[in-house]
Amino acid sequence: MSSLPSGASSGKESGLRVPSNGKTIYHRPINRTKTSELSQASFAFLFSEMVAYAQKRVKGIQELEHRLNVQGHSIGIKLLDLLLYREPVRTQLRPQHIVGLLHFIKQNVWQHLFGRQADRLEKSTDAEKPDEYMIIDNEPLVNQYISVPREMSQLNCAAFVAGVIEGVCDGADFPARVTAHTVGEGEMWPGKTVFLVKFRSEVVEREAFLAKT
Amino acid sequence: MTVFSLIIINKAGGLIYNKTFHDGGLNKISTNDYLVLAGTFHGVHAITARLNPVKPVATPPAPGTNDPPGRPEPSSGLEVLETENFRMQCFNTLTGTKFLLFTETTQTNVDVTIKKIYDLYADYVMKNPFYSLEMPVRCDIFDRKLLSYIREINNR
Repeated sequence: MSSLPSGASSGKESGLRVPSNGKTIYHRPINRTKTSELSQASFAFLFSEMVAYAQKRVKGIQELEHRLNVQGHSIGIKLLDLLLYREPVRTQLRPQHIVGLLHFIKQNVWQHLFGRQADRLEKSTDAEKPDEYMIIDNEPLVNQYISVPREMSQLNCAAFVAGVIEGVCDGADFPARVTAHTVGEGEMWPGKTVFLVKFRSEVVEREAFLAKT
Repeated sequence: MTVFSLIIINKAGGLIYNKTFHDGGLNKISTNDYLVLAGTFHGVHAITARLNPVKPVATPPAPGTNDPPGRPEPSSGLEVLETENFRMQCFNTLTGTKFLLFTETTQTNVDVTIKKIYDLYADYVMKNPFYSLEMPVRCDIFDRKLLSYIREINNR
């Protein structure tokens, strides 16, 4: 103990010590390889087992999607904190508008999880549904090796990713329901997936109020 | 140069996949005949693998090291079957799944093609949560990738 510099243990600088370059352990990925990427094959096998595990315990497709959604939800909540923490200090703010939040998901969350951004962001054109937004991914990474059997054509295993999005929205205090839908686009993008984000009414209300002030 | 068709046989000798890529290369036979073909080939393969004398120890231990001596190569069994009009190559995986590829007799690099098909199988069949092991393969993405790969070879 005596070898510790006295300034660190006494005075106002107590608690977490930040290295001089500002990078803490939370700024670094766990593995130290150059690109800090993980093996896609091991992820594919793990995800395949997750789907099979969930499938053994459910009766219908909706229930299965719900289970996958729940599995992703906690990841989303944690990811929001982590990614905001890694932002430069000046922009380290929780998104306060719907569009800002969705951009954060489309860019930062997607980049962190899949190494690229989502393909498109859209607002529902239906005037009666101002609470619906869409995040579009032409080729979701989680579905890359998955062929859904014909009798389950309603199912989209990207419900897991929908759960992650839902977790991020909930964590940012924009409670929402997020679902994944397959909208194949011919030969080019047969696995094109739309993540439908449906915010709760109070979120839309708050947004309108914020826009006025 | 044409690849005619592909058959996949599981380790129990059951037919789990068959696909024809080129009409007019081989005569059409019924699904039942395909099942018989798969089962028969499986049996013949097992017998030829035993017929093949085991080679003596392949790699003696390197001097100065404590490595155990290498095991002899397992005998491969029937690998190629050739007729006047087609050539059939068999690729037996470590787990006993067999890939049979029927091609023209002049086809080259068949082992590369068959390895690539094995890659596709490992990716799009084995990583699919809805595929149950040893059962017939019904995976859309596998079909799609396989067809586009073979089309590329046949159009060369």
